[in-house]
Amino acid sequence: MDATILSFLLLDGLQNGVVYGLLALSLVLVFAVTRVILVPIGELLMFAPLSLVWLLEGKLPGTLWLALVLGGAWALMARGRGALLPLVGGVGLFLLFLLAKEVPPLAYLAAVLLVVYLGVATYRVFFQPMRGATVLSLLIMAVGLHVAYQGLGLVFFGPEQFRPAPLLSGEVVVGLSWQGVLVLLFAALSLMALYLFFRFSLFGKALLAAAENRLGARLLGIRPEEAGMVAFGIASLLAAFSGLLLAPLINAAYFMGFMLGLKGFVAAILGGLASYPVAFLGALLVGFFESFTSFYASAYKEALVFLLLVPALFYQSLRARTVEE
Amino acid sequence: MKRWLVALLVLGLSAMAQEALKVGVVVSATGPAASLGIPEQNTFLMLQEMLDRTGGVAGRKVQFVILDDASDTTQAVRNTRRLVEEGVVAVIGTTTTPASLGMIPVVAEAKVPMISLAASKDIIYPVDAQRHWVFKTPQTEELMARAIVADMVARGVKTVAYIGFNDAYGEGWARFFEAEAKAKGLQVVVSERYARTDTSVTGQVLRIIARRPDAVLVGASGTPAVLPQRTLKERAYAGLIYQTHGVANPDFLRVGGKDVEGTLLPAGPILVAEQLPSAYPTKRVALDYIQRYEAKYGIGSYSTFGAHAWDAWLILKPALERALKRVDSAKDLAAFRATLRDEIEATRNLVATHGVFTFSKEDHLGLRFEDAAVMVRVENGRWKLERTFR
Repeated sequence: MDATILSFLLLDGLQNGVVYGLLALSLVLVFAVTRVILVPIGELLMFAPLSLVWLLEGKLPGTLWLALVLGGAWALMARGRGALLPLVGGVGLFLLFLLAKEVPPLAYLAAVLLVVYLGVATYRVFFQPMRGATVLSLLIMAVGLHVAYQGLGLVFFGPEQFRPAPLLSGEVVVGLSWQGVLVLLFAALSLMALYLFFRFSLFGKALLAAAENRLGARLLGIRPEEAGMVAFGIASLLAAFSGLLLAPLINAAYFMGFMLGLKGFVAAILGGLASYPVAFLGALLVGFFESFTSFYASAYKEALVFLLLVPALFYQSLRARTVEE
Repeated sequence: MKRWLVALLVLGLSAMAQEALKVGVVVSATGPAASLGIPEQNTFLMLQEMLDRTGGVAGRKVQFVILDDASDTTQAVRNTRRLVEEGVVAVIGTTTTPASLGMIPVVAEAKVPMISLAASKDIIYPVDAQRHWVFKTPQTEELMARAIVADMVARGVKTVAYIGFNDAYGEGWARFFEAEAKAKGLQVVVSERYARTDTSVTGQVLRIIARRPDAVLVGASGTPAVLPQRTLKERAYAGLIYQTHGVANPDFLRVGGKDVEGTLLPAGPILVAEQLPSAYPTKRVALDYIQRYEAKYGIGSYSTFGAHAWDAWLILKPALERALKRVDSAKDLAAFRATLRDEIEATRNLVATHGVFTFSKEDHLGLRFEDAAVMVRVENGRWKLERTFR
């Protein structure tokens, strides 16, 4: 191996790694606050670029109806004043889509808001009613939703891949496209934003408190439902942006999300589903590891990447003293 | 009283004669193989309409019982059992290789002839006690690999790299392509794998480029076949790039865009039917199918996959006619199914859309290489006929 190949592989690993990193952060955040392992995050990620493609072609994507149906269920379950948010959001989203069909630049905004709305509605409709359930029940629900969303993705968008035009075309240096730079920039930006959010904003601190000690946070007037909604909102926001930026590089399709989410999950596990920095570093490790195994032993790449889980889980099991609540 | 009985008997007999011949169809109209299964299903719906209009085969009505297997082997097997119990005379399908393989024991046990629409040679070779009942219409990887290697040799390619799916499709192609390449004196310098869901193949592509092959074959199907080709282009690979016939659908061109210009691939001749020389045996039949399909489903809607379904019926129809002359299907269904199988095997020089079929005891694929494969190049976002092998 010479220096050129090494630099290409490193760049490739970095680009994949930061995306896994953002997904890992989302997974850790959602797990800490709600104890849900958000398996369908890959589907949320793919819904953004696929909805965008549909909008750019002047069609309304099926995900819009899914979001509105879930929004309706959310409004029914909330009743009273709480129903205001889903109703106003749903109507606004619908109008935005009608407008975005004609005005292409708005389509990006519409796709992001759709996924955020869908993510929050998913929490409110499916996870909040079972918030007292065990981690296992929540996981089963999450897996069920993943299967359902993937199936719906096939119905909405068909079996083939789509490639939206990149926001920036061309290469900066050989091996790194401008679009890739955008991905890296976005990752850096969101890391900074997350840090500031949790460090300085009251809302962020409340989220951390809810993650740390649910009962204690409640005693201090932090509503766990709200915390869960915010966590899901942040996770879907990160997923939507990652999806939009990645799609021109990887070709979006309904079946592509799961693997991305799963690798983010591997990274999150490396961080024990608890530590943000370790999860992110773990994601970079997964990215580099994947890039190098695809060079040396492409036939075994997938197996080797998931094999990373074994030492991580082993280490966690040695360290952990607490048992299932 | 006697008159009434006779009248009843006559009524009953005529009702029996009127009873439709049931042909079972299993296709993957949903699931990952839906882009192949949907045109197949459409073809049978179109055939049903045609047969209802023209009155069926040899005066007997024909009814297609179409079941979706959702690209799932278990469902395909269950569907086949159901069709057998419903008393179909033959089973056509299914779209995918694993599911077709799963159906073989079922039809063999029930002694029902089956015509598969899936690619792999394993479905019909070797013709053993079970595969005795099984035929198929699509070209095998082996046949298409032969076309690719012949084209490579003609272009003076000496070294070649392979990158394919890490599943049955990619492995099957690796096996047949590498064997054929070696036999023709080509050197396969590197053989890589990637997953349908992969978001990057930079590692594999760097490894390929480092070995400087004259040509690269991508053993993948559908739109996921674009990624390696685009990465090769981005890394400024200047050699020839080949794809398999698994990419012969418009979606590949749509997603690939500029990146897949100049791609070479083998295909059934129907892909470029209008461009075929007028002496090409399948041209007329292929154009006829395309015209009918597009009249029903819209201009540009036809695909090579639906044509495999059409070919299955082209084979089955004359076999049904001959079998009906020999055995009464209403009296003895088992004997009729066996006779039908014999008549399918007796098919000689049947011109279809993808080639000319001649079955024999040892050969249940029946396609001659020269009529069943052409080389196609992508030019300005369209399929262009590059060469025939006649």
